[in-house]
Amino acid sequence: MHELALMEEVRRIAMAAAAAEGAQRIHSVKLTVGRLSGVDPGALAFAFEVVMADGISQGATLDLEVVPTVCQCGGCGQRFEPVDVIHACPRCGELSSELLAGRELEVTGLEVS
Amino acid sequence: MCSHCSCGQPAASVEPTPQHRTLQLRHNLLASNDAAAEHNRQRFAAAGLLVVNVLSAPGSGKTAILEQLARQWLPAPVGVIVGDLATDNDARRLRAAGARAVQIQTGDLCHLEAAMVGRAFDQLDNHGMELLLIENVGNLVCPTAFDLGERLRLAVLSVPEGEDKPLKYPALFKSADAVMINKLDLAEVVDFDRTAALANLAGVAPQAQIFELSARTGAGMGALLHWLSQQRQPMAAA
Repeated sequence: MHELALMEEVRRIAMAAAAAEGAQRIHSVKLTVGRLSGVDPGALAFAFEVVMADGISQGATLDLEVVPTVCQCGGCGQRFEPVDVIHACPRCGELSSELLAGRELEVTGLEVS
Repeated sequence: MCSHCSCGQPAASVEPTPQHRTLQLRHNLLASNDAAAEHNRQRFAAAGLLVVNVLSAPGSGKTAILEQLARQWLPAPVGVIVGDLATDNDARRLRAAGARAVQIQTGDLCHLEAAMVGRAFDQLDNHGMELLLIENVGNLVCPTAFDLGERLRLAVLSVPEGEDKPLKYPALFKSADAVMINKLDLAEVVDFDRTAALANLAGVAPQAQIFELSARTGAGMGALLHWLSQQRQPMAAA
């Protein structure tokens, strides 16, 4: 349940961005989360409710964007989205690959007024 | 001036309608942890320390492995920063094995963060030390995302946990430089399928070095010690 610690950081980032904008309310927060980032969407939603419950973020909604894992094969250079936890290249079968996307944990948008 | 009539009174102040607007941001949630980790990494490098973050499920034998390393990494003392939820049992065990141990009592927190490790390092006498081990909180999910400033990340898989652990917790095993298969002395009793375990690890974590050992009997510890001392050499030469 490290989602709570991460969500505290989301609140800190959102409050700072809202203050810089002179906003009075935070209506929604967009989070971009990679499939390999090790967070659970249900736990994130729960943590969001808890952390955003008071102040200018009260009633804010969570907009969660889950981005797929993208690998680049270490053998043939093919880019692919792995179908399971074993990131085998669909072209040459090589297992070793570089992760191009999938570990994201970012605040990517904020709706304020 | 009043806009309704020609009374000459100042215009009533009108509350502006709140304007909904969408802000585009790109702010990594781990940015502050990553910065603290980088700071730790520089301090560890300046102190000439090989720092290893050890992760596993509770009860997989992390502390026993660390006790063996503390006894066998001679002659330099081994440092351990140990995260434990509520007790200082692990730190006491590690001190008894000769380690310089600093305990981080994590309370309900399920993982260590870089800033906590930095504060614990402040309390550690690292004089003459070469190897610093960080025993993370027993958990196969939460600690994965948090860089602590380590040079190497070691994951432990103990045989009673089953061969398919790497398939269930891929993010952790994919982030490991090495995986220690521990409690090999129990393999027969728990019907451990070694071939399947190695195949799963090769599939999920092809980057990882694999060490098969029993921290209880000491079997297989030599290969791990040899590998760790090799990992330290490029630093010692630098």
